[in-house]
Amino acid sequence: MESYLFPFDSLICMLLGISFTVWFTLLLVFIIVPAIFGVSFGIRRLYMKSLIKLFEWATLRMERGAKEKNQHLYRPYSNGIIAKEPVSLEQEIQEMRRGGAEPEFDMSDIFYFCRRGVESIVDDEVTKRFTAEELESWNLLTRSNYNFHHISTRLTALWGVGVLIRYGLLLPLRVTLAFTGVGLLVVLTSIVGLFPNGRMKNYLSDKVHLMCYRICVRALTAIITYHDSENKPKNGGICVANHTSPIDVIILASDECYAMVGQVHGGLMGVIQRAMVKACPHIWFERSEVKDRHLVAKRLSDHVADTSKLPILIFPEGTCINNTSVMMFKKGSFEISCTVYPVAIKYDPRFGDAFWNSSKFGMVNYLLHMMSSWAIVCSVWYLPPMSRMEGEDAVQFANRVKAAIARKGGLADLLWDGGLKRGKVKEVFKEEQQKLYSKVLVGSSEDRSRS
Amino acid sequence: MGSTNSTLLKIPNVEVLMQETGFSPAHIIRLHDRFKALDKEGRGYLCPQDFGAIKELAMNPIGDRIIGAFFSPGKETVDFHTFVKILAHFRPVDKDRPKEPNSLEPINSRSNKLKFAFQLYDQDKDGKISRDELLKVLRAMLGMQVTEEQLESIADRTIQEADLDRDDAISFEEFRKSLEKVNIDHKMSIRFLR
Repeated sequence: MESYLFPFDSLICMLLGISFTVWFTLLLVFIIVPAIFGVSFGIRRLYMKSLIKLFEWATLRMERGAKEKNQHLYRPYSNGIIAKEPVSLEQEIQEMRRGGAEPEFDMSDIFYFCRRGVESIVDDEVTKRFTAEELESWNLLTRSNYNFHHISTRLTALWGVGVLIRYGLLLPLRVTLAFTGVGLLVVLTSIVGLFPNGRMKNYLSDKVHLMCYRICVRALTAIITYHDSENKPKNGGICVANHTSPIDVIILASDECYAMVGQVHGGLMGVIQRAMVKACPHIWFERSEVKDRHLVAKRLSDHVADTSKLPILIFPEGTCINNTSVMMFKKGSFEISCTVYPVAIKYDPRFGDAFWNSSKFGMVNYLLHMMSSWAIVCSVWYLPPMSRMEGEDAVQFANRVKAAIARKGGLADLLWDGGLKRGKVKEVFKEEQQKLYSKVLVGSSEDRSRS
Repeated sequence: MGSTNSTLLKIPNVEVLMQETGFSPAHIIRLHDRFKALDKEGRGYLCPQDFGAIKELAMNPIGDRIIGAFFSPGKETVDFHTFVKILAHFRPVDKDRPKEPNSLEPINSRSNKLKFAFQLYDQDKDGKISRDELLKVLRAMLGMQVTEEQLESIADRTIQEADLDRDDAISFEEFRKSLEKVNIDHKMSIRFLR
């Protein structure tokens, strides 16, 4: 019996060996080598185009399925379910006054606050920014299947094939690449760290960082389009961008070298951090130092003052937002006097939602989601550099930059603080409303007493 | 995209709800989604803290009173039906509704909208807005921005103008009369999309 199995055994081994070698060669030729030189075969874009066609076909099938069953197809509205009128408090109250009388308190003033309150109960701006964006059509991922029905057998079969491809083929491939990328980063930066400081070291460090980040980009099948590259950040400046996920770092760093800012971590992250800082100066803070704002500001200022050091990359929102809006920027990074290079990042949610809902998923779960999506497609816009103007304070400057980023990326510009994800509304917001209303009432009585 | 029938079936007594409130099936579904989003722990009902978690409502000067309007006296929870019925007050008035005799007044009639606003003032539900209650609302809307004297003078003047039977309080009829020229439909309505 055993003599029969032997030839099969060696045959299997041989087949495995060959397929492994072939696979590895393909990997090397199509992914790693282009990553080193920063070229692209265009395979990913082709993949993206075919996926789009597939999703459109799937959507049509579902619509047809709904029509056959004669049921009313209902599309989720991502813009909200009510039309909110952007009328200010003053305008509203003026309108309510019966023809020409001076603005004084009227029983009907309460209507404004009442209506606004009920509007916010039905649909508010903030809650929906912290959950993943709803899609208009289904992208064959169960995780984005909120309300989609009428999935015929053909679609289910397609979905099944999709699962096989994503988990059986793409996921192992991506995990391998991820390990390769991170491993190379640690090893090569440590090697570069042995060189004496100088131009050679900087050059090598840049190359090594770019190469490893590009491998990581391919590990996520991220298809990135960079716009306006003439505005790329230069040494001695700070680069600010809107924050959707930890992947933002990889996306930006695969095009241009930055000095990273962050807390010192333990474990694998710590190993990576320590290796990276050997090759070029990044800014890692101890946990205790993070609270000391002056210390943080000083270290950042020292870094930008040295023009041989790379531009710093900072995400002023302080937390991950779901990429439909830009929330309040923390003013710390805008207090340092230097040029600010804003960058807008917008993800296309059809291929894979990059938003990290840290209250729902841990890091490992999130990475697994990322690597089993179809792809991560995003656009990066480099905006022209901005500096603080005369008479502008840090907060106004921060808001100006935020508005520019929101406009370019097509995101809603919100006044709300990203910290609202976890905390309660500050009393100061309520006071603002009270102040506005009192100005309308009391302000007018002052006018009267003057006349 | 979903079949409206399957989602609607999950909501008990939805036909009655639609008839009473006048919401379309699409609106009910959307409100049901919102209800579920607010009900973070999935208990099937809402409590005051769930409303308090809405940031924009927390910054509204009369936010607490609006939340209070959803809870009947003594009750600590709000189910989906009550939620929708209260929100129905803010549907725009149906202009083409046939005037059947002896039919129940729709929830979003002018009179019912006024009643809703009245109860925001009249917290002890005795049918009158006393001077004290008026002062409380004024304090809520103006905060620390005005002095006590200014508040009192505003309250005095308002009662003087509206109080017709001179009992130093504003009844619902007096309230209604003082607002007869105001376009209630416009001010107390929310435009629901589709």
